[in-house]
Amino acid sequence: MTAAPVASREAVLETRGLTKAFGGLVAVNAVSLRFLERQPHAIIGPNGAGKSTLVNLLTAHMRPSEGQILCRGVDITRLPAHKMPGLGIGRSYQKTNVFPSFSCFENVRLAAQSRLSTSMRFFRPASSLRDTNAHADEALELCGLSARRHRVAGTMSYGEQRQLEIGMVLATAPQILVLDEPLAGMGVEESELMVALLKDLARRYTLILIEHDMDAVFSIAEVLTVMVNGTMLESGPVEQVRASQAVQDAYLGDGGEVF
Amino acid sequence: MIRLPRSIALPLLALVVLLALFPAYGPLLFPAKHAFLMQKLAGIMILAMLAMSLDLLVGVTGLVSLAHAAFFGLGGYGLALLSPEYEAANLWLVLPATLAGVAAASAVVGWLSIRTSGIYFIMVTLAFGQMGFYLFNDSKGAGGSDGMYIMVTPSLEIAGTALLRLSDKMTFYYVVLALFVGVYFGLRMLLASPFGRVVAAIGVNENRVRGLGFDPDRYKLVAFVIGCTVAGLAGFLAAMQYGFVNPSMLSWHHSGEALVMVILGGMGTLFGPALGAFVFELARYGLESMTEHWLAAMGVFVIVVVLALPKGIAGLLLRLARPRDEGDGS
Repeated sequence: MTAAPVASREAVLETRGLTKAFGGLVAVNAVSLRFLERQPHAIIGPNGAGKSTLVNLLTAHMRPSEGQILCRGVDITRLPAHKMPGLGIGRSYQKTNVFPSFSCFENVRLAAQSRLSTSMRFFRPASSLRDTNAHADEALELCGLSARRHRVAGTMSYGEQRQLEIGMVLATAPQILVLDEPLAGMGVEESELMVALLKDLARRYTLILIEHDMDAVFSIAEVLTVMVNGTMLESGPVEQVRASQAVQDAYLGDGGEVF
Repeated sequence: MIRLPRSIALPLLALVVLLALFPAYGPLLFPAKHAFLMQKLAGIMILAMLAMSLDLLVGVTGLVSLAHAAFFGLGGYGLALLSPEYEAANLWLVLPATLAGVAAASAVVGWLSIRTSGIYFIMVTLAFGQMGFYLFNDSKGAGGSDGMYIMVTPSLEIAGTALLRLSDKMTFYYVVLALFVGVYFGLRMLLASPFGRVVAAIGVNENRVRGLGFDPDRYKLVAFVIGCTVAGLAGFLAAMQYGFVNPSMLSWHHSGEALVMVILGGMGTLFGPALGAFVFELARYGLESMTEHWLAAMGVFVIVVVLALPKGIAGLLLRLARPRDEGDGS
């Protein structure tokens, strides 16, 4: 797979001079990025590079100090976090963030409820919402947890909880998936399953991936952005970034091995 | 929690049947005290409604409110203030008007409180609760610290014919029983609804709920208003039962007692806090009759139960009833 010429495809999500400062510390510094329709885009960088802050900004979990975020050309910088799923922007969390006392199915059904115009419905049980239940089952199928439907989420294995995390995002009917280290803490086998799932998702959604696992990144992403100390060091097609001397020096050191 | 295991549902049903039959076997078992005990049980069922409504806030939504008794008291004062002095109030008017008043007051208090969270929410609701207390304590129109009497029990009539004689102790007992059971099932239904699922998720992880596309503050506010309005209904019934209201109904001590019932019974389970109300009140009644220093004994009792049963009575029952294969749900 090769990346299409950057200008010819529509940017579904775009940042312009995005900056977030915590007091004197500038966690994200004037980052301008274009995320193109169905072009898997990975953001890598050492710890403290500002990747998670960038995710929090993109999904309105934090307010930027400066700069703009546009979704299909519309400024969404000031919108609150709960409006993001409605715009088709879904995210997963670095720390597993499922509802442990809910069953696996209840977790995705809750997420699927966000497709309703409102969940201020008081009288009929959620289990009678036919469409919502169908969406929830679809999401379970997609993330490979149909067999775990009735399990209490807190009793599932760590890897399964990570899958459920993705399933919940899928149930909100996103177009853009922002995944914050979906492979974090996974064993080898669990990782393989997840990478296969992510590759599959990359074909259907616009995937924005924060990840440490380089093998995974190279097998999934078409575009790579490298961040160091809050600034964008390099961004472009994977091969180009991989060859960049600046990246080799600054981020990877003796990076020949890592690549 | 949505579906109770049979081994819990059946004993609970048996308890309700025992309550329902009390007017029949009470006079045989306790000939001297029957009337008193029946009144006591009705009183406990009213407090159980208060505890269940508080559980919606504390155990389900994660809103630890110390203003809850204020809405209970407001429900009672609603009846007292709207009742004509020497005639029966019309329940068709007075009850909806009172509940609407409680709902409106809780919407204002909730709207102002819900922007805070954690310990600040507790402090803000404590302040609002005490404002309510002093509002009635210091007001001449509502009888000040002496409270008010409701001389005539309200009537429930259609075209001049009484549907129920609420001044009759047994009728009142059954009305309370029906409402107690109704509140339980109503809240159960609410928790199973799309709204209830969102609210229960907010109690676990509010930020994640926001990330999924729900505005937590709106859902918390509606849950708050529903819980407080049910508390108002309980207060209305309490005022009807005793024919009397006073400011202590609103005080934060009373909120605290309701909170103890919820915690004793098991937060977030609805049936737990209802059981908690029975255990708390019966323990109080037992200890009161044994020793002057019953408050100290009560304190010891509560501490022992909470230490021995961190998830309350309901937690113990659910553990005993848990199917074998479910593992250790944390």
